[in-house]
Amino acid sequence: MNSSVLYIARRFGFYLIAAFAALTLNFIIPRLMPGDPASIIFARFKGKLKPEAIDAMRESFGLTNDPIFFQYISYLKSILKGDLGTSIAYFPAPVSEIIGGGLVWTIFLAGTSMIIAFLIGTTLGIIIAWNRTGKLDTILPPTLAFFGAFPYFWLAMVFLYLFGFSLNWFPIGRAYGNEISPGYNLPFFISTLYHAFLPALTLVFVSLGGWMLSMRNTMISTLGSDYITFAHAKGISSRSIMLRYAARNAILPNLTGFGMALGFMLSGALLTEMIFSYPGQGFLLLQAVQTQDYPLMQGIFMTITLAVLGANWLVDIAILFFDPRTRK
Amino acid sequence: MISNKNVYQKSILARWISGIIGNQKAFIGSCIILFFGVSAIFIPPFIQSPTDFLSTPLLPPSFEYFFGTNGQGQDVFAQTICGARQTLFVGFSAGILVVIIGALIGGIAGYYGGRIDDILSLLINVFLVMPGLPLMVILASWLPPSPGTLLGVLVLTGWAWNARVIRSQMMTFKNRDFVSAAIVSGESNIRIIIIEIMPRMLSLLASSFIGASIYSIGAQVGLEFLGLGDVSTVTWGTNLYWASNNLALLTESWWTFVPTGFCIALISFALTLINFGIDEVSNPRLISEKLWRNKVPENLITHGITPVSNSNE
Repeated sequence: MNSSVLYIARRFGFYLIAAFAALTLNFIIPRLMPGDPASIIFARFKGKLKPEAIDAMRESFGLTNDPIFFQYISYLKSILKGDLGTSIAYFPAPVSEIIGGGLVWTIFLAGTSMIIAFLIGTTLGIIIAWNRTGKLDTILPPTLAFFGAFPYFWLAMVFLYLFGFSLNWFPIGRAYGNEISPGYNLPFFISTLYHAFLPALTLVFVSLGGWMLSMRNTMISTLGSDYITFAHAKGISSRSIMLRYAARNAILPNLTGFGMALGFMLSGALLTEMIFSYPGQGFLLLQAVQTQDYPLMQGIFMTITLAVLGANWLVDIAILFFDPRTRK
Repeated sequence: MISNKNVYQKSILARWISGIIGNQKAFIGSCIILFFGVSAIFIPPFIQSPTDFLSTPLLPPSFEYFFGTNGQGQDVFAQTICGARQTLFVGFSAGILVVIIGALIGGIAGYYGGRIDDILSLLINVFLVMPGLPLMVILASWLPPSPGTLLGVLVLTGWAWNARVIRSQMMTFKNRDFVSAAIVSGESNIRIIIIEIMPRMLSLLASSFIGASIYSIGAQVGLEFLGLGDVSTVTWGTNLYWASNNLALLTESWWTFVPTGFCIALISFALTLINFGIDEVSNPRLISEKLWRNKVPENLITHGITPVSNSNE
């Protein structure tokens, strides 16, 4: 048990370093650009910006006349306090306030579709690896690989066009109905699912193939192990061999991949949200890009990175329970 | 000696070409890529300029304009063909750079091990765990919009995965006899990595390149779709950017975004097919499975047992 705690702590240490690297990148990138970031922004807005907005921006980037090291220290201090600066587009609202509302929706959308894609993909992978002479194994992998080839956001556009605009089956924006007040009630719950269905469907559709293929491949090599042949020889039922002997072990690489894929999934979810006008981080990011709201962009980068790191840590802890080798 | 070397090199190249032609998946994939490459290079001089105002905006597809016109009265067919130029060029260039950087960092980490490996692995893992898109957006929005910016951003966010794969492959090579022999005979470490080991990783490097190209094309289109590329150039990404900016969904003009998306998907799919093909040709497990399938009658195959046979048979 002691070694498990050590493992969790070591992983935590790694994510701390990664978070620190992200913070530092966030600090360095504007300063690496030729010229002074605030002047760049000022030039791009061509005088449309109020002087106090410029000052707020200088302050939120920590662009004082202090040496860079002291700027860095004060930047870290303000981040630790949860202060991500002031938005330009929504001036004078603080970035943390704007982001706060959107994060829940992104985590909800990306998390649910990822778990669904993982479950369906892994199950399909087990089935087609088991029936490798079947029709399913010749049809499914290339078909899903083909759908996986589409850009997330393009498939989202097509789905929205077909099922939203042409057929009118699904809503074309927002996370819940206009007339419904958010809260713990059934209409809100149903409306949320209804609005999330199409964006989630695109995400599941595109990412399904990856899970299925990697599960199929590890399952095939697991099925080649001697202990599977031995289990056959002992006369254990096929079902039991498939699920409890082979799949139980073959799923481990997929679980490890889950943490890695989180970042990709979130990136995909961001683009999908933009298409569906889903009020998450992606939609905010699009607005930030369009209005060149740098503090908001960087705040989104920070929150998403921290969310991914945290989720990865949780996946590490989950693996501890599934994979006895990490516990020894 | 020289002629000997020539024969050896020819046989590698010949093996690769015959391998690609002999494998159905790799062959179809290569044909699709070749088709897009040739049409992107040779067709543009013979068709209308993709940036000219030609006709009424948002005309549906017709004999005059195969894919209709977009919101600015430009020919969508010409835009789709010409858009491939920059998109594919930047995508494949980023693919090459990613593999070179990945091979360098991953190779050094895997070969030297110890403290160097610890530091480089940490770097690789940090870049792997950071979500790519938001980082790309920040970088691309600060830098001036140009193909060079896109290339740099794609390489910076994409190298880590390849470095990781190449590192683990390098670790298995490090302890082989031929490496020990090279060390004993006094070859320098860099020479061993580049001349002795890398050629033996050729199939891994090739599939890494293809994977990196798929990633680069997809991420590049995504960035340009957000308006972070140079929106005045014609690329697949800016085609989609303008389609969405001209409210393609509201005006129900599907022809402004469907052709470009299909082309992107076809390219990625073709690259995936080539990767499947490389896997089938170079993965011993799949080779033995194929041999085994040919030997054992269909009705005798039981569920779920993977054959193990000598692939040299």
